[in-house]
Amino acid sequence: MTPSAYVLEYHLVNYRRTWRASVFSSLVLPLLTMLGFGLGVGGLVTGDVQGVSYLQWMVPGLIASTALQTAVAESTWPVMSCFTWVKIYFAQAAAPLRIADILGGHLAFMLFRVLATTTAFLLVAFLFGALRSPWAVLVPLIALLIGAAVAAPVAAYTASVSSDSYLAILIRFAVLPMSLFSGVFFPIESLPEVLRWVAWVLPLWHGVDLSRAATLGLDPGPGAVWQVLYLLLWCVAGWFLATWRYRRRLVI
Amino acid sequence: MNSLIHARGLIKRFGDFTAVDGIDVDVRAGEAFGFLGPNGAGKSSTMRMIGCVSPPSGGVLQILGMDPRRDGPRIRARLGVCPQLDNLDPELTVLENLTTYARFFGISRKTARDRAAELLDFVQLGERAGSKVEPLSGGMKRRLTIARALVNEPDVVLLDEPTTGLDPQARHLVWERLFRLKQQGVTLVLTTHYMDEAEQLCDRLVVMDGGRIVAEGSPRELIEAHSTREVVELRFPTQDQGAYAEKLAGIGERVEVLPDRVLLYVADGDDALAEVHRRSLSPASSLARRSSLEDVFLRLTGRTLVD
Repeated sequence: MTPSAYVLEYHLVNYRRTWRASVFSSLVLPLLTMLGFGLGVGGLVTGDVQGVSYLQWMVPGLIASTALQTAVAESTWPVMSCFTWVKIYFAQAAAPLRIADILGGHLAFMLFRVLATTTAFLLVAFLFGALRSPWAVLVPLIALLIGAAVAAPVAAYTASVSSDSYLAILIRFAVLPMSLFSGVFFPIESLPEVLRWVAWVLPLWHGVDLSRAATLGLDPGPGAVWQVLYLLLWCVAGWFLATWRYRRRLVI
Repeated sequence: MNSLIHARGLIKRFGDFTAVDGIDVDVRAGEAFGFLGPNGAGKSSTMRMIGCVSPPSGGVLQILGMDPRRDGPRIRARLGVCPQLDNLDPELTVLENLTTYARFFGISRKTARDRAAELLDFVQLGERAGSKVEPLSGGMKRRLTIARALVNEPDVVLLDEPTTGLDPQARHLVWERLFRLKQQGVTLVLTTHYMDEAEQLCDRLVVMDGGRIVAEGSPRELIEAHSTREVVELRFPTQDQGAYAEKLAGIGERVEVLPDRVLLYVADGDDALAEVHRRSLSPASSLARRSSLEDVFLRLTGRTLVD
């Protein structure tokens, strides 16, 4: 086993305390959304959206958005706690672990959480008949890509700020706009050009687009390759940023 | 070269501030070595360099014959670290804190469990193995942190201010455990600003002030070299203790005036007290005692250890 696996193991042992509540909420959340948006909003949107029902159109976006939410939730307060409140990162740095092991093990845990919440959502969506294509099995992979593209840079951000009020700022001014303007609830074509750039530059929309192509069985075209590469770029850049910021905090 | 820790001209700078200013240290196998000094003397910065989590800014540092700049993880695999502030996981159980930490050293789950059970008995927390860390007392947490530092059977245990913030009873319990470790031949390196802690635990120590080492030796050697055998402490019923310094001149080797008392450095405390009374000086209280490391520090730096 590599040392980062030991770090992952620590986070899993820690998670064992709350996993029941956590599994429950990762099933209830999609269930409520399915009812609220599918029946509620879906009842208002009488016409089809891009040729499918509103529920079927929106579900892949919501799964991608769940990947975002989980990644952000795991890479903000928990990371700050590891630095500031519990300080377990410092205990890990005193053991024969390198920065890459500490960060890698924690990111692996965050991705495990992303995989769990999005797979649960996918299952509920399947039971509601909201998936139109077997290509939907690719959705967990896309969710992982979104998760890594978000968790790594956000962990870097969290490692750089001194108090958790900066985390609230991140949620308000980055995560919320990204959730609203990334084609989760409506096609980005409805947005003015300026706001469409928000979708193109930030990672979520690319994930929403890929996820939607998978559950609706649409041909994503060659653009999909670029979208995957673009998300990978976020992952790699985020990794380097986070390693840098973690080193600044742990090796002084 | 037989020293486990070998430093020559070791320097640590933070920007313009020099925390450690060229220190020479050698720690030999099996000894309990101390860094004694007030807060801000550079003790913790030195410990962090030895713990391979803080790269030296200059000088030579070798730990277990290796270079911390290159072999950090290999050195840390053989160190046990008890940091100044507890960084246990309060949500995990006492046992889980040890087993998860043992895994960071690549120790198998079974060995980790066996060793954790042994160590919990050693630090007298065996009965708390299954309880969470959160509600434990400060002394229990510190003992658990010490147990965690032993989980990899380290060659050297680093203890940064091991009893700071503990009540007297908890301190004695920690001292007793550390003394047991020392008897077992474990090499201990500790920092402290308590002179009684240094006297009780350290075979050899360095006195640090302002990033430099100002004296080195065993507690006894230091006291013999830098202080008299006994000290008389006098408190006079006045705001200005200094007013009495002149009247006390000539009794013993040296007079030291502190804000709240006057110290007389003498060979024999009772003789000195008799002389004080013969001069018709009437202190509100008086005490004759043996010299301590506190007096050594006062002599070397002109300041007290704990402000």
